[in-house]
Amino acid sequence: MLLLGPKGAWLPFHGGVFVGFTATFLLLHGVLLPWPEPPRPVPHARQDPRVGDHPPGASQSPALYGMAPPGSAGEDAGEARALYERVRILCWVMTGPRTLESKARHVRDTWARHCNVALFMSSEPDGRFPAVGLPVGEGRHQLYWKTIRAFQYVHRHHLGQADWFLKADDDTFVVVANLRWLLAGHPPERPVYFGKRFKPFVGQGYMSGGAGYVLSKGALRRLVAAFASRACTHTSPVEDVALGRCLERLGVQAGDSRDTRGRETFHPFPPETHLTEKFSQSFWYRSYCYYPVVEGPQCCSDLSVSFHYVSGEQMYALEYLTHRLRPYGYRPRYRPPAPPGAPPAPNATSPAPNATPRAPNATLP
Amino acid sequence: MISESSSFVKGVVLGGAFCMLVTLLGHIKVGHGTKAHHHEHHHIQAPNKEDVLNLSEGERVELSKSIRIYCIVLVKPKDLGHWAAARETWSKHCDKAEFYSSENIKVFDSVTLNTNDMWVMMRKAYKITYERYKDEFNWFFLAYPTTFAIIENLKYFLLKKDPSQPFYIGHTVKSGDLEYVDGEGGIVLSIESLRRLSHVLEDSDKCPEQGGMIWKLAEDKQLAICLKYTGVFAENAEDSEGKDVFNTKSVGALIKEAMSTHPQQVVDGCCSDMAITFSGLAPNHMHVMMYGVYRLRPYGHTYNDALIFLPPAG
Repeated sequence: MLLLGPKGAWLPFHGGVFVGFTATFLLLHGVLLPWPEPPRPVPHARQDPRVGDHPPGASQSPALYGMAPPGSAGEDAGEARALYERVRILCWVMTGPRTLESKARHVRDTWARHCNVALFMSSEPDGRFPAVGLPVGEGRHQLYWKTIRAFQYVHRHHLGQADWFLKADDDTFVVVANLRWLLAGHPPERPVYFGKRFKPFVGQGYMSGGAGYVLSKGALRRLVAAFASRACTHTSPVEDVALGRCLERLGVQAGDSRDTRGRETFHPFPPETHLTEKFSQSFWYRSYCYYPVVEGPQCCSDLSVSFHYVSGEQMYALEYLTHRLRPYGYRPRYRPPAPPGAPPAPNATSPAPNATPRAPNATLP
Repeated sequence: MISESSSFVKGVVLGGAFCMLVTLLGHIKVGHGTKAHHHEHHHIQAPNKEDVLNLSEGERVELSKSIRIYCIVLVKPKDLGHWAAARETWSKHCDKAEFYSSENIKVFDSVTLNTNDMWVMMRKAYKITYERYKDEFNWFFLAYPTTFAIIENLKYFLLKKDPSQPFYIGHTVKSGDLEYVDGEGGIVLSIESLRRLSHVLEDSDKCPEQGGMIWKLAEDKQLAICLKYTGVFAENAEDSEGKDVFNTKSVGALIKEAMSTHPQQVVDGCCSDMAITFSGLAPNHMHVMMYGVYRLRPYGHTYNDALIFLPPAG
C-alpha cells in the first residue's frame, strides 16, 4: 500500500506497469535477441501495374508481373536473367469462376510467377485473384470463343510488354525458363507458333490445347487482324483444331518444338504417364502425334516446357523438383547448347559431343 | 500531480523488471527458434555453401572420390516392384549397392539372408557388410524398398564429417528416452559406427537377436539401443534452414501437408533444396523422381559446387 501512495494514483501506476513491460519487451526482443531470418527471396508476382517492367501509360489491367530469377550463394543465374529480359513471355491461363480457387490458384502461386506477364482468363472478373472477365460463357463449347477473346484482349492491352504469347490451361504445368531457351533463336516478328504438334485435321498439323502453345508477336498480329477482317471466324468449339486451321490459312508456321536431341518439350499428359506408361498400339495418341512417339525416359527433354492434367498438389511438387531440389555437384548427361544470339555462359565449354549443333528449328524436313 | 507521476514511474520500473524476469526465465527453460530442443535431440547440419567455394577442378574431383558410400537395401519377395525400380534408378548412384533379401530370388542378384525377421535381417546385413567392405567404403547407407535417395546430396552432407568418428544419422524420432533413426528415412553409419556395431552384435546381453522383453521392438529401435551401448547416438540431419534432409514421407505427402498448414508458402515451407531421401514411393514414382531430380531443370542456371559427380555408367 505504501508503494501506491494516495488512492488516486491507481491509474497512473497500472499505466506505468503496462508501459514499462511493453517497452522492455520490445527492447529485449528487437535489440538484444536476433530477429528470425527473413525468408529467401522468391519471384513474387506483383500486381500493381504502375510498378514493374512495363511502359507508363499502359491501361489498367488485372495482370501479374513477374521478376527476373534471383541467384543464391554458389549459383549463377546470369544466363536465366538475360533470357528473362530478352525473350519476354506473356502467359494467359484459361480458367473460369468454378476452377479459379481450386486450380488456377496453384498455377498463380507456382509457375505463373516466372512469366514476364501473367493473366487469368475467366468469364467473370475477379479483382482480388486477379482474373479478367471476358465476354463469353463457360463450358467446352465456349472454348474457341474464349481463346479468341483472350488473344484479342492481350493484343489490345499488353502487346508491347512481351515478344511471345503463351496459352495454357489451369491444369497445365509450365517451365517458363525452358520456353525462353526454345524461343530465343527465333525472331518474334516472324509468324510462327510452337506446342505439342498433332497431325490430323490440319495440313501442317496443329498444337494440342491442353499441353499449351505459344504464338510469336507476328502470329498474334495476324490472328487478331484476321478476326477483325473476318478472314478467320468462329468455325467450331474445338479450340486447338480451329485455331490451327486459322493459323495455317494465315501463313503462321507450325514449329518443331523438340530439343537438339529430338526429344519432345510440350507434353499432353503428366510426367508419370509419359515416363512409365506403355501406350497400346490402338491408343489414339499414337495416330495423333506428328513426330514418332517415344515411351520411357527418352519421352521427355531435360528442358521440357509443359505437362498437362497436373493436379494442384502436383503443381507444387513439380515446382519444387524443377526449381529447388537438385543433386549437388551433378553434371547431367544432356548439356544443351546456348541459344543463338545469347552471350556465352560463364563456364562455357564446347557442347556435348553428341548434341547436334542446331538450335530448335521451325522448319524440319 | 507529483504523486501521480511518481506512481507512474514506479509502475514503469516494476513493469520493466517483471518483463526482464519473465524473459530470462523463459530463455533458460525453453530456448528459442529451431535450437529449442538441443538438450533433447541431437541435430547435425549440412556444410555451409560459402565454406566450399575456393577449390580447383582437380581438388573437387579428388574430394568427390574420397567419400565412398555403400548402399544396403533390405528387400523381401513381396517388394519385387520396388526392388526393380530401386535397382534401375537411385541405387546406381551409390559407389556400390547391394540388395539383401529375406530369401533367394532368381530374378535379381541379392545377398540371401534366410530370415524373414527384419531385425535379424538388419543384423546379418550389417555384419556381412562390415566383414566384406570395411576397407573399401567409409560410409554405409541402409534403405527400405520404398525409399528414394539422392546420393550426391548425401555425399555433400557428409563432406566435412570425419568417418573415423561415430556418426549415426537420419530422420530421428524420440520414443521415451530413446532417440533413434527412423528406418523409413534411411540410416547412415560411418565406418567407425559400423565397427562398433559389429562388436556389440556379438554381445547377447546388450544386443540380442530377440529384442524386447514382452513384445518385439521395431528393428530401427533395436539398432539404436545396441549403438547406444557403444557410445553412438542418433543425430537428426538438417540443412542450414533447419529443414530435415531425410524424409520418411514422399514429396506428394509433404506437399499435401504444406498445402493445409501454410497454403501461401507451399514450396518454401515443404522440403529442403538438398533433400537426401523421400519414402513411401510407388515404383513408378521412383522413375518420376529420377527425371524430376536429375534431368528436368530450368535453363540458365550454373552452380559453383565443391564436388563433381558424373552420371553412372549405363
